[in-house]
Amino acid sequence: MSDTMAGLLQVGLLVVALAVVYRPFGDYMARVYTGSKHSRVERAVYRFTRVDPDSEQRWGNYALGVLGFSVVGVVLLYLLQRLQTLLPFNYGRGAVAPGVAFNTAISFVTNTNWQSYVPETTMGHSVQLLGLTVQNFLSGAVGMAVAMALVRGFVRQRTDRLGNFWVDLTRGTIRILLPVAFLFAIVLVALGVVMSFKSGVSVDGQTVATAPVASQEAIKELGTNGGGVLNANSAHPFENPNAWTNLVEIFLILVIPVCLTRTFGTMVGNRKQGHVLLGVMGALWAAVLAVIWAAEAHGLRPLEGKELRFGIPGSALFANTTTATSTGAINAQHDSLTGLGGGGTLLNMLFGEMTPGGVGTGLYSILVMAVIAMFLAGLMVGRTPEYLGKKLGKREVTAAAIAILAMPTVMLIGSGVAAVLPGTTSALNNPGAHGLSEILYAYASASNNNGSAFGGITVTSDWFQASLGVCMALGRFIPIIAVLALAGSLAAQRKVPVSAGTLPTTGPVFASMLGGSVVLVAALTFVPALALGPIAEALQ
Amino acid sequence: MNTVLKQTLAGLRILLVLTVITGILYPTAVWAVSRLPGLHPNAEATNTTLVAVPRDGTGWFFPRPSAATLPASGGSNKSEVNTDYTATIAQRRTEIAHREGVAEDQVPEDAVTASASGLDPDISPAYAAIQIPRVARETGLPLAQVRSLVSEATTPRPLGFIGEPLVNTTHLNHLLTTSR
Repeated sequence: MSDTMAGLLQVGLLVVALAVVYRPFGDYMARVYTGSKHSRVERAVYRFTRVDPDSEQRWGNYALGVLGFSVVGVVLLYLLQRLQTLLPFNYGRGAVAPGVAFNTAISFVTNTNWQSYVPETTMGHSVQLLGLTVQNFLSGAVGMAVAMALVRGFVRQRTDRLGNFWVDLTRGTIRILLPVAFLFAIVLVALGVVMSFKSGVSVDGQTVATAPVASQEAIKELGTNGGGVLNANSAHPFENPNAWTNLVEIFLILVIPVCLTRTFGTMVGNRKQGHVLLGVMGALWAAVLAVIWAAEAHGLRPLEGKELRFGIPGSALFANTTTATSTGAINAQHDSLTGLGGGGTLLNMLFGEMTPGGVGTGLYSILVMAVIAMFLAGLMVGRTPEYLGKKLGKREVTAAAIAILAMPTVMLIGSGVAAVLPGTTSALNNPGAHGLSEILYAYASASNNNGSAFGGITVTSDWFQASLGVCMALGRFIPIIAVLALAGSLAAQRKVPVSAGTLPTTGPVFASMLGGSVVLVAALTFVPALALGPIAEALQ
Repeated sequence: MNTVLKQTLAGLRILLVLTVITGILYPTAVWAVSRLPGLHPNAEATNTTLVAVPRDGTGWFFPRPSAATLPASGGSNKSEVNTDYTATIAQRRTEIAHREGVAEDQVPEDAVTASASGLDPDISPAYAAIQIPRVARETGLPLAQVRSLVSEATTPRPLGFIGEPLVNTTHLNHLLTTSR
């Protein structure tokens, strides 16, 4: 069988698996976020934490909840790393240096999971479990909560309440992420992923580090986090031992972002609204996959930085999926991808992580883009734009524009400054245009909360640790605040009835406008930078 | 200010509770289930064949080149337009052709490129094939026996359709050790 056919079968298998779970899982998530009953465990959590689960918050308080929760998350994770020597299972891996600890704390709380450290020598099992695994769950649950608040903004009318952040957070964690992660951690174990509390095993006279991999691997993919338990991430045979685990991990990355479009359609009472979003996400995902795959199949050194057991299709599929969501796990070294293939992974991030994007973040990002698309359509026909029965006035469009523009602003300023700093060239692993791509990729990854890297770049200097940390925080929280503000002003409106002048948002016209907006915004913003990096390299 | 403090304290309390659930109970439960007999024969990875590390001497099958410096796993991160690295690859090709006594164009791609993890245990059947005569010579084992060990360490295409058959060098070298 040809490599192409084998790859197509893998993609087919993946699509079938997602199609099977799409309805039941999407509707299950809708019930989780709309139900009024609390489970016994949840009631215990609320009692202990003195949260009133039946009160609801205005958008400002919801946002304060997100920020407050994230701040304590960063502080606790920073302290856990700095105090590692006091924790069990540290295996002599001492206190994590302040720069690394700062960067990593922000990285994992913002769902970025950028790694400026070598896990095998830096992070003991306690920090991995109590710090990193926990934030793998919670940062994912925060993203889903914000997405649900935005959906409620469209669903509700004439209210200033968006739901209760603590309830959304707890339910997302306990009812969605925890059971699915547990189930798939066991599946991964059964397929050969390692689960050990030892520090390492002896292989032919050398020590290879081990870890409790399976539990973290499952949530790392499911929560679109991506921080490797081991340095080589999902390229490491202990994390991803065979072609089956590879496919399961890709499925896990996609399952929540894809099924959330069903959740959205169910919650707004029109499933076609969800299908159209999924159609746009899927089309762009497939288009970039085709580019990466073709580029890698025709590369000069197609196997450099790839694992033989995944082959080119399995590597291209993973690389595309991890960057089109905000995951950032890798099963091949993206730095060694071809100019065009690496450019494809970069482009996925520059789309703003919405094809289909991270857990929750993908849904709210594409909804914000839908607001922008309808605004552009409204300008063309000279009408006040509407989306899902809500008028998109000055407040709404301003909030959407801020949410969309935060990432490019932060990323381009960061890479621009980095490119002219004297120390930067010595941090690069490859000369010329590819070196610039390493810088662009780093800041795109941080600002989009992706976390993958053109890993050759050395980012351990104080400048990189600090500036990338700041990019991650701004790239996460500016859009979240803008999205919640948007949700607040949408919820306050009364729904306008559908009229002859309403542009339908379930058909191909809207789909092309939305897809076009995603591509256009990215193209207008990033073509100059891309031309100097991956495009220049691909033309060499 | 009062609201900020209130939200932050609520955040801290809920963080601690969820840390217990997702950071302690969850991994412990996964670990406990992973110990169920028959679920995973080797969750501790004792004597694992999942990874390959460089060995001394030449009486073995070589895995792919590794750019990792253990204990850190990883790849070269070199781009295909990096001319210095192109020279490195050409040099590897020459050395391997010389070592195995074959023409340079018979050295397959996986033999000269570094894997993503630096621990990839697998090589292509083509790379295994050119190593067979040397291994037979240096171990004193008959050619036919080495060939049969190679086929024993060869797994068919994963899932029946992904990629190519793989030869696991760690498994193969363990077989060699017991055959000597």
